[in-house]
Amino acid sequence: MTGPASDARDLSNVIEVRDLHRRYGGSRRGFDAVRGVTFSVRKGELFALLGTNGAGKTSTVEVLEGLAPATSGSVRVLGHDPFSGRRHVRPHTGVVLQQGGLSADLTVSETLTMWAGTLTSPRPVEEAMDLVNLAGRARVAVKQLSGGERRRLDLALAIVGRPSLLFLDEPTAGLDPESRVATWALVRHLLDEDTTVLLTTHYLEEAAELADRLAIMHAGRIVRSGTPAEVARTEPARVTFALDTAAAALPLPQLPQSASVSRDIRSGMAFVTITTPDLQPTLALLLAWAQDEDVLLRDLHARPASLQEAFLALAADTASDAQRQGAA
Amino acid sequence: MIPRSSPFTKREPGLRRAGARRVVALGRAEALLLRRNPMALAVGLGMPLGLTAALQVGQPAAARARVDAADSVIMLAAFALLSVLYYNLVTALVARRQDFVLKRLRAGELSDEEVLAGSALPAAAVAWGQIVIATVAGFVFFGLDAPVNPVLLVAGLILGTVVFALLAAVVATVTRSVEMAQLTAMPVLVLSAVVGVLVRTEDINGPLHVIAQALPMPRVLELLHLGFTGSTSSGGSVGFTATFGHAVTPVIVLLTWAGAARWATRRWFRWEPRG
Repeated sequence: MTGPASDARDLSNVIEVRDLHRRYGGSRRGFDAVRGVTFSVRKGELFALLGTNGAGKTSTVEVLEGLAPATSGSVRVLGHDPFSGRRHVRPHTGVVLQQGGLSADLTVSETLTMWAGTLTSPRPVEEAMDLVNLAGRARVAVKQLSGGERRRLDLALAIVGRPSLLFLDEPTAGLDPESRVATWALVRHLLDEDTTVLLTTHYLEEAAELADRLAIMHAGRIVRSGTPAEVARTEPARVTFALDTAAAALPLPQLPQSASVSRDIRSGMAFVTITTPDLQPTLALLLAWAQDEDVLLRDLHARPASLQEAFLALAADTASDAQRQGAA
Repeated sequence: MIPRSSPFTKREPGLRRAGARRVVALGRAEALLLRRNPMALAVGLGMPLGLTAALQVGQPAAARARVDAADSVIMLAAFALLSVLYYNLVTALVARRQDFVLKRLRAGELSDEEVLAGSALPAAAVAWGQIVIATVAGFVFFGLDAPVNPVLLVAGLILGTVVFALLAAVVATVTRSVEMAQLTAMPVLVLSAVVGVLVRTEDINGPLHVIAQALPMPRVLELLHLGFTGSTSSGGSVGFTATFGHAVTPVIVLLTWAGAARWATRRWFRWEPRG
């Protein structure tokens, strides 16, 4: 679609956020939900915002969607302030809100027809229903839809205007695994069509699966950002294997200093876990040792940390930080 | 970056047309919802007719002269603006807000004004339809004379619609649930029904008279009386040209109400439930 903002999309970041703050309530009894967030989203990529409940994801996204003004800082979406320049931005954005906001007494097709009637260049309603696999439910009232079907209708509303930028605030919350995979496929299809997506999600495998880059928020700040692999890499990799009774008596080889070893003896077998930021040298030493000593490494597994592990480690860190602060 | 030739910066009429299209799209959906809420529809439609009939039948037969046909239609118009438009809209706006429907609408291309206008559209249409039917029935069955000044008649209805729709938005602002709306909607409803409809402002003396003169409903009724029969608030009766002069004050009072209510709505209206 060539719209008024297409030049801006080609030239620069679709979303630029600098030192964003958002405060609820007055200056005295208020609460800072977002405390200085900076990031940008490039054209055609999927950027995921992760974080625990109350981390400030939705508060951030609402500012980008133009639903609320920033308390301070600068926000540019498709080259405009999304709040004051909303009529320039909205024809190019689609939104899945955390709460659906669907009228229970309208049918699927009535809901879509209404929404399409408010848009500049909507897809045909049938096409939107097909894309989210709801064509068979066109004449069913929203209140009779399952939770997953409602979420798919949310998604249909978000994409019926052929947006170049899509905000998805926990789009797969409450979906069964099959619908979730179908939603991922649809999002990938939209990315192939050069749509830019800002996603917030609780599901780390969703971010790992879809995101080009991501940021993890905690207490209103971004505490990690990068590609899913980069963020996962902040946690050590893990090597696990088991040793027979005879081999268990042997001392392990000298490993890099950064590696740490834990042993668990059960019924004569030693179950060994090595965590290391330097997976390859550690593994090389280990394999050489096994070769020299003629030792069998049973059930040998070596893998980098997952996004999930990185996230959980981060959450545990920040939780103990908070405890220490609370105790002080 | 918006190029200078952008349709957003130049073609104002096109922009307004798009706005009207958005309001109608939302209004259609709201009309479907109203139709699927038979209770609200029955109360809305029944109230003005029932109240008007009850109040007119209560009068002695001799008093039901030709002028009473106009009085009845005007009374019905007032009740239609109050029960069909105002009360309905307070509950509808609160219900839509609590269901996050308003938040969703606001995340799209509709402007804030368009969301409110679209929400008010079907209720306003039902109220107007009722008034038109009552007027036609007045002509056909009750010897209603042709209106002295149709312009003022329509102006009165438009201003009344705008003011009471905006007042509904203001009241919805301070209403946290649909149940609570039965309470919070009352002051405007009762005050407007009593002062102006049941008790004419000229029968109110002292400082209360000044207050009554500042209220919106008496001014809507004043315009409707001028439009239908040319009767002024002081009890006289004037012709077509003179009615315009008498209409200036009520129009100013109503525009002030509309302006104040619009400002309050912009400033304080809540688009989503309290967190």
